[in-house]
Amino acid sequence: MAYRSATFTPSPPRRVVVTGAGLLTAHGTGWQVNSDAFHQGKNSLRPVTLFDVSRQRVQTAGEVLLPEDLPPHRLGRRDLARIDRGARLLVHAAHETLVHAKVPLTHLPCVLGTSAGGMALGEAFYRQAQAVPPARRGQASRVLYYQAWQQAAVMQRALGIAGPVTLISNACASGANAIAHAASLVRRGDAPAVLCGGYDALCQMVFAGFDTLRALSPTVARPFDAHRDGLALGEGAGLMLVESLDHARSRGATVLAEIAGSGAGTDLHHLTQPHPQGDAALASMTAACAMAGLRPDEIDYINSHGTGTPLNDIAEALAIQRWAGDAVSRIRVSSTKGGIGHLLGGAGAVEAVICLMALRGGFLPPCVNVETPDPACTFDLIREPRDAVLRSALTNSFGFGGSNATLIFRQPPD
Amino acid sequence: MNPASRITIAGTGTVSAAGWGVPALRQAMEAGHPLPLDQIPRPGPDNTLTLPVRRVPRPAERPAFLAHPRLRRSSPISWFAAAAALEALGPDPDKSRRTGVIFTLLNGCVNYSGRFFGEALQDPSTASPILFPETVFNAPASHLATLLGFDAPAFTLIGDSAQFIPGVELAVQWLLDGVVDACLVVGAEEVDPLTAEALSLLAPGAILTEGAGALLLERDGPGPVIHEIAGPVPITGFPDQTCRTAAALRLQQSLMPLPENALLIDDASGCRRSDFPGLSAWHDFHGPRLSPRRLLGEAPGASAALQCVLASAAIQSGKTKAAVVSAIGADQQASALVLAAT
Repeated sequence: MAYRSATFTPSPPRRVVVTGAGLLTAHGTGWQVNSDAFHQGKNSLRPVTLFDVSRQRVQTAGEVLLPEDLPPHRLGRRDLARIDRGARLLVHAAHETLVHAKVPLTHLPCVLGTSAGGMALGEAFYRQAQAVPPARRGQASRVLYYQAWQQAAVMQRALGIAGPVTLISNACASGANAIAHAASLVRRGDAPAVLCGGYDALCQMVFAGFDTLRALSPTVARPFDAHRDGLALGEGAGLMLVESLDHARSRGATVLAEIAGSGAGTDLHHLTQPHPQGDAALASMTAACAMAGLRPDEIDYINSHGTGTPLNDIAEALAIQRWAGDAVSRIRVSSTKGGIGHLLGGAGAVEAVICLMALRGGFLPPCVNVETPDPACTFDLIREPRDAVLRSALTNSFGFGGSNATLIFRQPPD
Repeated sequence: MNPASRITIAGTGTVSAAGWGVPALRQAMEAGHPLPLDQIPRPGPDNTLTLPVRRVPRPAERPAFLAHPRLRRSSPISWFAAAAALEALGPDPDKSRRTGVIFTLLNGCVNYSGRFFGEALQDPSTASPILFPETVFNAPASHLATLLGFDAPAFTLIGDSAQFIPGVELAVQWLLDGVVDACLVVGAEEVDPLTAEALSLLAPGAILTEGAGALLLERDGPGPVIHEIAGPVPITGFPDQTCRTAAALRLQQSLMPLPENALLIDDASGCRRSDFPGLSAWHDFHGPRLSPRRLLGEAPGASAALQCVLASAAIQSGKTKAAVVSAIGADQQASALVLAAT
């Protein structure tokens, strides 16, 4: 995307739209199966089978039932022998996105968010490095494929696309930040279209890490419930093709939604805990609304970060109260993490795709497992499947390290 | 040119095997001798086997910033980044400016990742909950933003050893879009046995090193101007020498014509296999050239940052009017940055 100071001239911002999306979660593979599951409020958490969890406090997660075969691809034997779970998730979601968007481009910049990247290969490298006697067979290729951009490169090779890859790793906000960054590239005219989103595969180190922090629910993940006791981890990928409205129209593409606004900021309160009053969350939502030119009462649905941890949900609830003011009781909010788990680096992107589904399908995805809503939920917490005509939807993502991001989507322009 | 679109370097900072601060790095470059090697044990039960690395020397005195609650338990990557950032910001930073942070790295805090995973394998019930958050890629960026009180966006970009330059490009975009008033771009890395082992497998002969480099960018300041950012040219196909060389050549050709008498700061490290693509691309360059990695070694996320700091320093000291930084990554991308005197 190159920059030259002598010739740089700012151009009028372009409107940015989404013309394709792809999704894999514990609910299943593809838009339709996921849309149906989110519409109904399905719960797809299941026992973890990918690694040994017998000595962990918690044994369930939103593990994806990954299809045995990849979608049609161009990978050679070398890649096929080494491709890891994260890259498989990415190939599936990217394939669906490109088919959905019917984009004729083969040069497509990619902006992806991930938190764990190829950590499972890193774990395998570690195990083998510690083996007695030392065993170095296969270690070089583990190192190569461990690097997160190699997952993106494998995806590009699989689908016959090329272009620079930007990998954003802002913990649980990575996917949302990636979509916002991709939208900014299109808005400025740096690229006509960008493939973007986020992914993360379950791995033992991250699972153990959340468990040692006592962040995983030993019972049932139930965001915004008064008796919530932690989150469930999940895995998956959510990708979308963003392009300028003019570009989409010129090729007759179906526009799924417009990316109306985005906000980002850093919560300086603590490495793993949000500001108790949700200051940074409020700033992020406010910035996104300002960019979109929308008031809080014009947001028809919020897919919240809503992890199910005691501290996150109360901070986010307070932030929504402060942001919405008198309109708070009319603001419709849910978290979809109760059904599929927290997808970490993939969460923001997957939840962005869920917003697209809600806008397109005219429904409000319910927050599953809630029995007693937390009194801080002064908003309209969606607990049962509900149909609704939506004009706009907002999604929040707040991560470790205070990375905060908000995206706003609205119905496509006429 | 509209001054509003001119992006300049307001400050630089480094920590490297040469020492703490830009003067130490410049002095080592002027001396021109490879820095002494340290040995670290290879990962695994037999700790009699070692790998050569170059470590950052202990500072003359304990940096005051280590008293900050966030940095007490952090690992060296965060200390290096903090020191480089504070040097770039200078003694009297303008706190009224909305300042972003862009952090580039390849490995991050692998020291803690290795320790935590080892504990988790042994007995998950006793694995330390203090270690795990430090293993997250964006922990160093978060510590840095907190230390400096910057609540603007703080992004962590992971990529190969050329990633710092796309990081600078993102900062330029944020400045041009008005997302921030100033932006700190930091590339950092720390030495650990797993990374040293990994580098020895991918680039036999390369010496792993550690440190950080930081650039503070602003609009229309008096410092060196970001004249051009080229790339990233993706290394497409399976990342062998042919693909890397093709990317390096495309990058070099996209930079033509270069500013007159420009200083080239390339990424040659003395490791024949790694150096081949860059040396091929710049074969016909006959101007002044500096290869800091020959003296320091390879600090994946930080090496290109150190090159950029040296480029800025060379211009500020009047040694050259323009400098070109060329970074051909191992398997992702090739990027270049051209700086010029104001």
